[in-house]
Amino acid sequence: MYVELKQINKKFGDFKASQDVSFSIEQGKLVGLLGPSGSGKTTILRMIAGLEKPDSGDIIIGGSRVNDIAPGKRGIGFVFQSYALFRHMTLFDNIAFGLTLQKKNKKEIIQKVNELTELIGLTGFEGRYPNQLSGGQRQRVAFARALAPNPKLLLLDEPFAAIDAKVRKELRQWLRTTIAKLGITSIFVTHDQEEAVEVADEIIITNHGQIEQKGTPLQIYKKPATPFVAQFIGESHIIDDYTKFKGFERKNGASPQEKGVLRPEFIEIAKDETEILTPLAAEKGIVRAIYFRGNNIQVDIEVKGQPLTGYRTLEQEDLTIGMEVFVLIHRVYTFDGIHTEVVENRIKTEQDSVYI
Amino acid sequence: MQEKKYVKYTLIGLSVVFLTLMLIIPLLVVIVEALSKGFAVYFKAILDPFTLKAMNLTLLATLAAVVCNTIFGLCAAWVLTKYSFKGKNILSSLIDLPFAISPVIAGLVFVMTFGRISYLNDFLTANNLRIVFATPGIILATIFVTFPFVTRELIPLMQAQGKDEEEAATMMGASGFTIFRKVTLPNIKWGLVYGVVLCTARAMGEFGAVSVVSGHIRGKTNTLPLHIEILYNEYNFTAAFAVASILVIFAILILIVRNIVEWKNEKEA
Repeated sequence: MYVELKQINKKFGDFKASQDVSFSIEQGKLVGLLGPSGSGKTTILRMIAGLEKPDSGDIIIGGSRVNDIAPGKRGIGFVFQSYALFRHMTLFDNIAFGLTLQKKNKKEIIQKVNELTELIGLTGFEGRYPNQLSGGQRQRVAFARALAPNPKLLLLDEPFAAIDAKVRKELRQWLRTTIAKLGITSIFVTHDQEEAVEVADEIIITNHGQIEQKGTPLQIYKKPATPFVAQFIGESHIIDDYTKFKGFERKNGASPQEKGVLRPEFIEIAKDETEILTPLAAEKGIVRAIYFRGNNIQVDIEVKGQPLTGYRTLEQEDLTIGMEVFVLIHRVYTFDGIHTEVVENRIKTEQDSVYI
Repeated sequence: MQEKKYVKYTLIGLSVVFLTLMLIIPLLVVIVEALSKGFAVYFKAILDPFTLKAMNLTLLATLAAVVCNTIFGLCAAWVLTKYSFKGKNILSSLIDLPFAISPVIAGLVFVMTFGRISYLNDFLTANNLRIVFATPGIILATIFVTFPFVTRELIPLMQAQGKDEEEAATMMGASGFTIFRKVTLPNIKWGLVYGVVLCTARAMGEFGAVSVVSGHIRGKTNTLPLHIEILYNEYNFTAAFAVASILVIFAILILIVRNIVEWKNEKEA
């Protein structure tokens, strides 16, 4: 394990920013700290960097405890959300700053800066000041500046938050491939689950200063460990009593507090019986709202008084608000506060076996 | 906005009339009066040994106040913008105190603290230190009256810039002094110069506080503004206006520097 946090606690006044935070990260992994704003993810990042001091607990990087080591001596590169480029320095001087502090000789500095400017695709822009660069370019300069002193660990705070949507997508892919190429252990903070899922090898989900779950994007998606994770990933609805839907029954011994989480992907919305394979397992619902989402259509429906959300493709026939539709619920996540489980629609699976 | 042209010209007219009455005519009077008995009298008044002594003292007090308040101002602005601690608001308000207090009171405070009725008097006389009615007192009073200028100029600027750049430099292993020299100072330099210019202007013209602690000893504890008052009270109007014209010239020089600084600042932003 390259980075380890053990029982970290941190308070700002009465606000508990971190509570018993423990996790470890393998060398070379790209890890996303994902959580809603105010969930303590940036505080964790700043504590690893040494910009904040934990009240208790140990931070271990590369096998040694770094709690009392100065931020600049931890071998960390940090990319700030605002980029924090030195505004009165050129691109060249910005990237060279860390190398100059290490008292590298001039030739070495020039060579390294040239290498990095090429890596970020900004060769020829060396003489420009930060305010003469676009948002995406600044972001890449901040990245190169953090990498220049050869850190062992790279920390990125909301690296794409201030960039417009189109450039953001390109930068994400660029960052992912570049970090993979360099093989540097990296942790980035984000509140955008799509970003975390797309970029990270592993995701750590934070909420109220605590770690909810750590795992690969697929693990987190398929096996949410806590109700919060089940709800936070995807546009989910929490359902107090999921047994009111066709095909779902409470198992023996299930706790009465058990609730269900329904994701849009679990729901199939059909205009009529012909659009659906197993109409017997379907409920009837009313269309409440329709949103065009670019590559699909989001439909809010109401089934037995319960609002649900599902998607339809652009090729399917248009729905209108107030229309009665068939709603097939394929599966539900259930949780009773401790365990989460996937429950399939029983009628649908039985019908499937009949078809076979 | 086109149809409201008359508003624009009325406002411009009002400003011009006001400035002419309140500023330009009085300044012209100073120059005219100073030269009313010819250049020979003018230069005699300016080159008078007491005038030169007063000018030296004014420049000394100004220099001391500027150096002291620049260092203090930088420290205070740094502390107030880059750290959070208990009593921060109280410290911030205290810095503004000299703006709120009448300069005369500031002068009296120093007379009470360091004068003959003070508890420190025995200690000061024993060590042969003279503060009140001597140069140190004048310098102290000038520093007191001008100390908010640099800080007040820097605080909004440093607040707007935040501490991200400093933190970025910290992450790369820069020491506190290197961060100040290479990151903070270049970012605030024009604000700092502007604060220094305002501080200089105020320090040169300070009358009230200095008047109380000075004792008006000609050739010893008289600054230029005090010297002007003495000449005026002696009905020596030409000399008084001649010396006053020196302060006017300094003020104009300071204004020019100020405009250059503003122009440079805008060009970089």
